[in-house]
Amino acid sequence: MRTISPARIALIVACALVLVYLILPVLIIVPISFSSARFLTFPPPSLSLRWYQQYFSNSAWMQATQVTLIVAAFTVAIATPLGVAAAYAISQSKLRVMRMIHMALLLPLVVPIIITAVGIFFVYARVGLVATLPGLVLANVMLGLPYVVISVLAGLQSFDPAQEMVARSLGMNRFRSFFAVTLPQIKSSVVAGAIFAFISAMDETIIALFISGGQYQPLTKRMFTALRDEIDPTIAAISTLMTAASFMLVLLASARQKRAA
Amino acid sequence: MLALVSPALLVILLLIVLPVGWLAWQSIYHDGFTLEHYRRILSEDIYWRSFALTFEISLLVTVLALVLGYPVAYAANAVPKAWSFVILALVVLPFWTSVLVRAYAWLALLQRTGVINQFLRYIDVIGEPLALVHNTFGTVVATVHILLPFMVLPLYATMQKIPNDLMQAGASLGAGPALTFFRVFLPLSLPGVLAGSTMVFVLCLGFYITPELLGGGRTVMVSMLVSRNVELYNQFGAASAVAVVLLLSVLLIFFVVSRFISLDRVLGQK
Repeated sequence: MRTISPARIALIVACALVLVYLILPVLIIVPISFSSARFLTFPPPSLSLRWYQQYFSNSAWMQATQVTLIVAAFTVAIATPLGVAAAYAISQSKLRVMRMIHMALLLPLVVPIIITAVGIFFVYARVGLVATLPGLVLANVMLGLPYVVISVLAGLQSFDPAQEMVARSLGMNRFRSFFAVTLPQIKSSVVAGAIFAFISAMDETIIALFISGGQYQPLTKRMFTALRDEIDPTIAAISTLMTAASFMLVLLASARQKRAA
Repeated sequence: MLALVSPALLVILLLIVLPVGWLAWQSIYHDGFTLEHYRRILSEDIYWRSFALTFEISLLVTVLALVLGYPVAYAANAVPKAWSFVILALVVLPFWTSVLVRAYAWLALLQRTGVINQFLRYIDVIGEPLALVHNTFGTVVATVHILLPFMVLPLYATMQKIPNDLMQAGASLGAGPALTFFRVFLPLSLPGVLAGSTMVFVLCLGFYITPELLGGGRTVMVSMLVSRNVELYNQFGAASAVAVVLLLSVLLIFFVVSRFISLDRVLGQK
């Protein structure tokens, strides 16, 4: 390497500062969640697990966690097959309308979520889906679809469709050849897409604020309300757990995708 | 093949096209055709101010994200592979934590008894705690934090495709590092700048959770107008009209940008 110029040092310092700004807030939650203090003090006076106990012994938090996990599981179970089927069709078909359909499937990423939320609230109010579990699941399926479609389309790009032709020429029908030949080869991107849909469902807040209620309120809605009222360290404990969970899922998904590539 | 996409398409039609269409309809129909709701947006001060504030904040956030994101993307592109992996991992890490978690983190850092105020008082820099949150400042700091990855990733993707030979050619023709950067590298990275800026600006226009939790009720962005009209005042027509204007702004921006670069690029697909 050449001698380090002042410009290079400035670049390294700038980059390091920005990275600290990005990472520090995410990390600061961990010590707060293990603090024994009732109010936020830093550094924490002593360590304790009281906020974790608070979370696990509170029936409202536990019920909300349960709702979140159920909704996320159903979301994945529905969004994954729908997304895989759509991505497969988009990659195989030469119909011109398919390109428009592809764009339509990405709409949830483009339309500001507050608009989607209010719109869904109006529609749900008409058909009686407000404050129901199926209502929440459906909304999350819609939001999760683009992740599955994008991930599976990426996987299909490196797949040679001629292989499926061979299987069919040997007598398999289209359906069987897909499950026997294609699916095993794009499995990693399917799993990655499913994991991203799961994380997105676990994380969704704004639609839930409008359409969930009663006993079917996900964790994020309860957290939002709690954050608006006071800064309770229980939320630091929940946040730490949520962050740990989604990091593990992301690691899993990216390991999968790397194998697919 | 159409049969295979139709279930997914049906979900999209029923849960995003229909609801948004309904909003649009509701904004112009109330016991007959009316433009009353749009007239109110144009004439009432609070709507104007909120739209102006939202565009100002989005512009500020975009500029800050660009200023902070460009060096990071540049560094990630310039350093050896292993290091660039570390930099990108650190950029993407917060991306996968909940927006709520990050709102909590910034409240914990910035509030009157928060980490930063306590530290500054401990080292005797300030006597009174600073008002860092429940205002526009807190909103902007947290929003930039959330949107920064959307700037860095397209920038990095674009920079990676700039051939190294061009820089060497510049250098061999006698240009110094600064000149090659400004005359060769910077112009070639502009599509990435446009892609990242579009995404950050558009996402910021529709931001809800962060201004609601960190703005302290004083920073009323457009999304909050929508929700307040629904939740507090039951003004569905007004809420719908505001939502339609917001959506049209977003679509207009995407349309204009698509004249210059491929939208796939903005949506991070290529």
